[in-house]
Amino acid sequence: MIMNVIETDKLTKCFGSFTAVDHISFAVGEGEIFGFLGANGAGKTTAMRMLCGLSTPTSGTGKVAGFDIYKETEQIKRHIGYMSQKFSLYGDLKVWENIRLYGGIYGLSEKQLKAKTDELLRVLDLENERNTLVDALPLGWKQKLAFSVAIIHEPRIVFLDEPTGGVDPVTRRQFWELIYQAAERGITVFVTTHYMDEAEYCNRVSIMVDGKIEALDSPSALKSSFKAGNMNEVFHALARRAKRTEN
Amino acid sequence: MREIDIRHINKAYGEVRALQDISLHIGEGELFGLIGPDGAGKTSLFRILTTLLLADSGTASVCGLDVVRDYKEIRWRVGYMPGRFSLYQDLTVEENLNFFATVFNTTVRENYDLIRDIYVQIEPFKKRKAGKLSGGMKQKLALSCALIHRPDVLFLDEPTTGVDPVSRVEFWDMLDRLKRQGITILVSTPYMDEASRCDRIALMRGGRCLSVDTPEGIRATFDKYLYAVRSASMYKLLLDLRTYPDADSCFSFGDAHHFSIRKEVVDKEGEAVFRKDLQAFLTAKGHADIGIEPIKPGIEDCFMAL
Repeated sequence: MIMNVIETDKLTKCFGSFTAVDHISFAVGEGEIFGFLGANGAGKTTAMRMLCGLSTPTSGTGKVAGFDIYKETEQIKRHIGYMSQKFSLYGDLKVWENIRLYGGIYGLSEKQLKAKTDELLRVLDLENERNTLVDALPLGWKQKLAFSVAIIHEPRIVFLDEPTGGVDPVTRRQFWELIYQAAERGITVFVTTHYMDEAEYCNRVSIMVDGKIEALDSPSALKSSFKAGNMNEVFHALARRAKRTEN
Repeated sequence: MREIDIRHINKAYGEVRALQDISLHIGEGELFGLIGPDGAGKTSLFRILTTLLLADSGTASVCGLDVVRDYKEIRWRVGYMPGRFSLYQDLTVEENLNFFATVFNTTVRENYDLIRDIYVQIEPFKKRKAGKLSGGMKQKLALSCALIHRPDVLFLDEPTTGVDPVSRVEFWDMLDRLKRQGITILVSTPYMDEASRCDRIALMRGGRCLSVDTPEGIRATFDKYLYAVRSASMYKLLLDLRTYPDADSCFSFGDAHHFSIRKEVVDKEGEAVFRKDLQAFLTAKGHADIGIEPIKPGIEDCFMAL
């Protein structure tokens, strides 16, 4: 039986009279690639912040990596990885310095750090860029490095917030191959994206509309229940129902 | 004369050659797309055309005006929405719009018809500070501000990056309406699926223009056979397809992999034989529920083949 790495029950977050996340209940299993979709303003970021232990829910319950999202937020932070397109690496540090910094933050020993650094540079084919400032790397390399650094401590789960925006099509696909490899090692991948072809690469996908999860299933099951040819059509069918204006 | 003419433009930042010998002609009323990933040189080209950056060599004109000699005149004639949000975060929606109208010696009322479609969607929030708006609303405000002086030519640098698919479609619908008013539009995007919304596109990568044509014309230049291949185990399928003898390339495309192969390889024995052979190859690798279907290439297939 597969263990759940994320479980939520009626998880809710209000800001004043505005309900950003409205009673969402779902579970994500170990090693699963889970796509978390929704229009801008649907509540994805707010939900993700609660799951990462960065924001206290208004009501409902949730566990991430077995830890309570109200009381054990520090434990959660140790057992998850996080990467977003906007911020991940320090551009004015060298490649090896970034690896060392993140490895150090996640408590790797000197010996582990050295082994991990060599392994990462080899796997990513960055051995010649060891001493390059991260700002000088092409965006696609940066993103692959950022992902590898986000899972340097072999977390139970990694949260990816629009990881592939702006990347060229070949690099975007190479990035997904890294995701597959991580999932095969048992790391759960929780990913948001605006590329609907990427939704197809997920084992299961949820679509949020106005703070609620309106659909959750495998891409093929969603396509057949919405009588849609692809995930783009499923997304459009659901997101057009949105009543609240994003704000 | 609402044209854009670009001749042999070069621009380098130290060692990095951001633009290499770019020549393009964009006609009056055309909706022209610069399609390419981060680092392709799109933003440098926008900054040169909007007179904010000097090219190292080459010439360019907008509305028949030279981007160096006539820069002041050009600034009256064009609207520019940069990739990075650059309105005043501590002014309200309404104040930003009034500010840009005033700078261009006009009023919001005078040109309201041009922005109405877009502005009504953010008008309920007109008292809110621009810095407090969400991404999609900032985008609509920035477009309104770029249009408020009724420009002849509109420059939009990655207006849809980070925007969800539904809002992206709405944004392109807005551009269609602006185009019908005769405004020439140059727009950049990293989303290959948006290419089909343009009259013509330039595929850019690493500072070079790789190809310039209508979206249909670019798709017609794809010179290999392309198949959508599926099986029960998609990641393994990707790796296995790449080991097929004579495989050209194989990439994931949503729920199928796009597998390309040189025409002469298939034509030698005929398509039926090729498909049977590929089927047998995959079966031998342990795949079940195999599907092989010939398909037409999209812009993204073409871009990756360049």
